[in-house]
Amino acid sequence: MLALFALPIFAVLIRAFNGAFLADAFSAQAFSALRLSVVTSAVSTACAILFGTPLAYLLARWKSRFKTIVEMLTDLPIVLPPSVAGLALLIAFGRRGIFGSALAAAGISLPFTTAAVVLAQTFVSAPLYIRAARIGFAEVDGQLEEAANVEGANQWQVFQSVMLPLARRALLGGAILAWTRALGEFGATILFAGNLEGVTQTMPLAIYLGFERNIGAALSLSVLLIFVSALLLALTRKLEREE
Amino acid sequence: MKRFLNVIVLFALLVTGCASASTPAPTIVPATEAPTKAPAATAIPQTATPEPRALTVFAAASLTDAFTEIGKEFDAANPGVTTTFNFGGSQTLRTQIEEGAPADVFASANQKEMDALIESALVNKESSQVFLKNKLVVILPANNPAKITSLKELANSGIKLVLAAEEVPVGKYSRQALDLMNAAFGADFKDKVLANVVSNEDNVKQVVAKIQLGEADAGIVYTSDAVAAPELQTIEIPTEMNVIAKYPIAPLTESKNAKLAQAFVDYVRSPAGQAILQKWGFAAP
Repeated sequence: MLALFALPIFAVLIRAFNGAFLADAFSAQAFSALRLSVVTSAVSTACAILFGTPLAYLLARWKSRFKTIVEMLTDLPIVLPPSVAGLALLIAFGRRGIFGSALAAAGISLPFTTAAVVLAQTFVSAPLYIRAARIGFAEVDGQLEEAANVEGANQWQVFQSVMLPLARRALLGGAILAWTRALGEFGATILFAGNLEGVTQTMPLAIYLGFERNIGAALSLSVLLIFVSALLLALTRKLEREE
Repeated sequence: MKRFLNVIVLFALLVTGCASASTPAPTIVPATEAPTKAPAATAIPQTATPEPRALTVFAAASLTDAFTEIGKEFDAANPGVTTTFNFGGSQTLRTQIEEGAPADVFASANQKEMDALIESALVNKESSQVFLKNKLVVILPANNPAKITSLKELANSGIKLVLAAEEVPVGKYSRQALDLMNAAFGADFKDKVLANVVSNEDNVKQVVAKIQLGEADAGIVYTSDAVAAPELQTIEIPTEMNVIAKYPIAPLTESKNAKLAQAFVDYVRSPAGQAILQKWGFAAP
């Protein structure tokens, strides 16, 4: 089992490190793909935190029979194949899509834009953050919350001074997981956002097309992505140990 | 429903079983679909019991519809044979073959990928043959949202154009055609058109899909792709500005079914195979 995980990574490293590695890794196309990937995944992670935290908090405290349905809805993108996600986004928000036609009437066209990349990444990665945050909030001892209420803290103060600090580790872990997922997003992006260098061509797309043109460039980009992902994982581990 | 299917399968097995047991068996038709045309000339000589054999064909994405139909006919003409296809960008297929993917036949949308395999001895030079020609055409969504009526308008600003990526044969041909159009429409025509590109898709079927969904205003694809999507509008590209793609096909040297692979190539080049290709908008070589 370990070999199954280790050997492909090992193979990529061996094949990638040859004379042309540096030239490939620092080519203009690789750089613009890297920059686009870093920016879009950071924005989609920020979106996940900004809009996902309140949702996760509500879900953790909400007692209703609709709760299960909403939880399933927010978990669904995690298990959905990315190609389904991309197609669904296109059907919904494409120019002739069910909601996209209304956007088009307002002069907004999402497909083939960087915004579409962010939307695709958020669609597949935010659920990971929401799930982690929801579980993190739910694990906070209810008595602490009650104690704060007794002391006269209002809802916002409870959230800010009690819940947020206590769920901090879960939130950070979830955010990093969502970030790595956004960084690796491929299927939904190529379907919904298309492939244009500097606008929608993220690292995974550049790797896929590099595979067709120049396997050396694809390998160099893969090595870069492996390192970045490993780095983010190491960060998660460090957070876990600190606790 | 499932039980019903089981009964059918059982019945089919019985029929073929009987067929092989009683040698003369004059009335038995192969269990697979009966061939509509009779490509008997290319059928492999049959033994008493048709052994189940699998044939894997790697073919350019633009061949998807035509080869799927050819595969059905070929299987019908050769009992026991199951032909499966891997359709994709020619350069993807070539890399997959180079990296050891098990394939018996390779049909490419350009000579370059075939030459690469000849160079790495995965294809014998003399066994590679051009089997069809394909032209380029401009496709527009059924409702033509950008109201494009002529080739020249592809350079109008604000048009959303989708091409295949430069690495894909059709993407390369599209850019060559734009070079040719410069002569007629002005030296900066190609640059203006390329500035309208919103996406470089990784294979020709993705270009068709984006136009079918109405996400882009125009795309450049093969005539055969336009035939396969009759609801789309088209703008012809005159011959002097068009680029004609020549598709080569060859059995692979590492195939474990060399005879069957050659039979498939022969079938594609036979009148029956060519008729199917022409039905799907391809031209004879």
